[in-house]
Amino acid sequence: MAHADTSHAPPAHPPAHEEETTTGINHRKLLMWVFLGSDCLFFGSLIATYMVYRGQSIVGPYPRDIIDVPITTISTFVLLMSSFAMVMGVAAARNGNQKRLIQWLLFTIILGAIFIGFQVYEFNLFRVEGLRYETNLFSSTFFTLTGFHGAHVTLGLFWLVCLVVIAARNPAGRPSGLDVDIAGLYWHFVDIVWIVIFTLLYLIGGFDGPPEAGHAAVQGWNWVAGLFS
Amino acid sequence: MVTITGVIPRPTTYTGLWSWLTTVDHKRIGALYGFSAFFFFIVGGIEAGIMRVQLATSDNSVVSADWFNAMFTMHGTTMIFMVIMPFGATFFNFLVPLMIGARDVAFPRLNAFSYWTFLFGALLMHSGFLIGQVPDAGWFSYANLTAAPFSEGKGLDFWALSLQVLGVASLAAGFNFIVTIINMRAPGMSLMRMPVFVWMTLVTSILLVLAFPIITVALIELTADRQFGANFFNTAAGGDPILWQHLFWLFGHPEVYILILPAMGVVSEIIPTFSRKPLFGYPVVVFSGVVIAIMSWAVWSHHMFTVGLGPIANSVFTITTMLIAVPTGVKIFNWVGTMWNGSIDLKTPMLMAIGFVALFVVGGLSGVSHAVSPSDFQQQDTYYIVAHIHYVLFGGAIFGIFSGIYYWYPKMTGKMYHETLGKVHFWLMFVGMNLTFFPMHYAGLNGMPRRIYTYAEGFGWEGMNLLATIGYFVIVISLLVFIHNFFRSIKRGEPAGNDPWDAPTLEWSISSPPPAYNFAEIPVVRGQDPFWITKREAAARGEPITQGEAHVDPSTIHMPSPSYWPLVASFGVVWLAGGFLIDVGWDYIRFPVAIVGGLITIIGVIGWSNEPATAEHHATGEHH
Repeated sequence: MAHADTSHAPPAHPPAHEEETTTGINHRKLLMWVFLGSDCLFFGSLIATYMVYRGQSIVGPYPRDIIDVPITTISTFVLLMSSFAMVMGVAAARNGNQKRLIQWLLFTIILGAIFIGFQVYEFNLFRVEGLRYETNLFSSTFFTLTGFHGAHVTLGLFWLVCLVVIAARNPAGRPSGLDVDIAGLYWHFVDIVWIVIFTLLYLIGGFDGPPEAGHAAVQGWNWVAGLFS
Repeated sequence: MVTITGVIPRPTTYTGLWSWLTTVDHKRIGALYGFSAFFFFIVGGIEAGIMRVQLATSDNSVVSADWFNAMFTMHGTTMIFMVIMPFGATFFNFLVPLMIGARDVAFPRLNAFSYWTFLFGALLMHSGFLIGQVPDAGWFSYANLTAAPFSEGKGLDFWALSLQVLGVASLAAGFNFIVTIINMRAPGMSLMRMPVFVWMTLVTSILLVLAFPIITVALIELTADRQFGANFFNTAAGGDPILWQHLFWLFGHPEVYILILPAMGVVSEIIPTFSRKPLFGYPVVVFSGVVIAIMSWAVWSHHMFTVGLGPIANSVFTITTMLIAVPTGVKIFNWVGTMWNGSIDLKTPMLMAIGFVALFVVGGLSGVSHAVSPSDFQQQDTYYIVAHIHYVLFGGAIFGIFSGIYYWYPKMTGKMYHETLGKVHFWLMFVGMNLTFFPMHYAGLNGMPRRIYTYAEGFGWEGMNLLATIGYFVIVISLLVFIHNFFRSIKRGEPAGNDPWDAPTLEWSISSPPPAYNFAEIPVVRGQDPFWITKREAAARGEPITQGEAHVDPSTIHMPSPSYWPLVASFGVVWLAGGFLIDVGWDYIRFPVAIVGGLITIIGVIGWSNEPATAEHHATGEHH
């Protein structure tokens, strides 16, 4: 099958830097958008799992015993500021200002690393206070969701470090504005996911205790059933 | 950053084993997908055969109950994830760039990565057989059957981690085809001029990238429970096994359409060609496909009618499930409408396509019968469901796939298959399929449960089961005819020529098999069924159709160069998954081993991004 007549395979040259596309959107940028759409469902499923099990832990520590909203507010602020630094980095790359690009990317990396530092501190503190991965439903869902978010941030940091190295080695125009733009899309997405996580796990779920009478899911269905009766 | 290039020189050959390992040509990757899928079709078929032999008579003891559990688990998993999906990928790969007038997919190396990751994941899953650790909790692996205390050994870990690897492959392929179809269409190929097959590929790919993250999360939770003591499905800690069912079927129902939509796309190409008429109601067929994809997200709980979700949930999902039958039925009418008053040519692809329509209607009707939740209470977990799913996936997807194999065989190989042998294959498979699965309706309505390894005599199930087992062997004979026809025709088939069927789509306008660059001159599309337009206009002018090579020197076309980095990255991914399967009594060994796999992946990705898509030394290389 598909024995393309390879003896006539044409010789190749380096392609033009950006190929023409049907929509005018670059292939890689479109790929990133599609990936982010897919990643929404990934985080959506993890968040749904957390919400289903919210307030269902039979043994403590419960969120109200352990969640520290003020300190995570600081780390949230740091991460949001990193998005600002990223925007400035993208603008510098578009303007071809290599020096500014490196500065802003480094700033983004430092802020992202501080956020990860907060997360490491928080995970370790929880462990010391007796909340291990296998302790209860809260710990399993919390560590899985925030852990995968942290992994996304870490991957983003690795990506940004690569961009800084490329920029430092190539004073003339690499990485392109598009390269930085795509990394920026990813970085902003990860930040937006954190806003949702912070709201649901800290601001709303951070004060949960042991299960109340009646399963939350049952209560939910009873409420829906009430609408129809 | 370390520059990782030149550890091994970049491959430059286009022949031999190394060229297949490093190929980024979508046609060759399609061929690799096709042969791999057929290999696993045989594996899954043998698994089915073991079950059919065991069930041929009452109180049989060919296999043990445990082995039977392993067989139905692996049969379902293999046929869905390692046969029908990669057969779909075969057609996506081979056809999409040809049909939209492109030279390759948007990301040729990502495409190679998808294939190798798929192959390694499938091999990882089956490598459990070598050490006697076979998954045995059904292809749906309901919690908490899968919890460590109830499923000892590594079988379920093989299942979960291999599926995770297969998911990576499917996601990468989904991203690639979405970008390819949206962004690489030839001038004039607007969305509503795309062949229906390309539309269905787009819809399927969107479903893929949205559905697979859900099973990814479910598998992460299952793996966390089994390996790291998490509580997701641990009822003792308050966990809810129903959560698994929701996550699994929220993925699983779109997955059903991921399996069937490519086959619907295939027959939507074949029926017009052999009816000598454009597809009846093209926009309606496209729209129905899109509606099916959207509605597939609102029907998952019909797999859970007997769980006890309550009358409101059951009513809602009864209604949505009956509604989704409407766009499916619309498509059936469109195919029938296409054949109506056409001059039908009953070649093998057309027979297979008509077989698809007929058998899919049977499966669809039985599907509507258990869309009604009270009726489903009678049918749940009986052979009636087994009959339904096989009418949809064997009568539907597999007939569609064979229809496509026969139809594009001349384009893929440059040779014609043997028509009589093809028809023998069709009739044997059609009879065998109905002999196997039709009696299951009766066995099921007579109360025969699914997934039992044997049954006592006297329930009246013996006759139906014996018929089904005979039917299985008729299918086996039909497939032997197919295999003979396939390889015989590669060697001794008649040369096919560019356009043996007088077909409407662009892939038939170039030579068979197509050259590596596909189109010497990118075609300009001026309507639906573009090659019919070209031929009609050429005939009106009384001129022959000219090939692009007449205007363009192919040696000036730049194609992506082969690369071994996708292979390295895929190998890292499967090593990463395999690391968690190591069982030497000391659990902490899993992490360092898995991290090595992660590092291999990172090295692969860095090497990949450091090499240009097209190697420079090719410009002055030995190729003329």
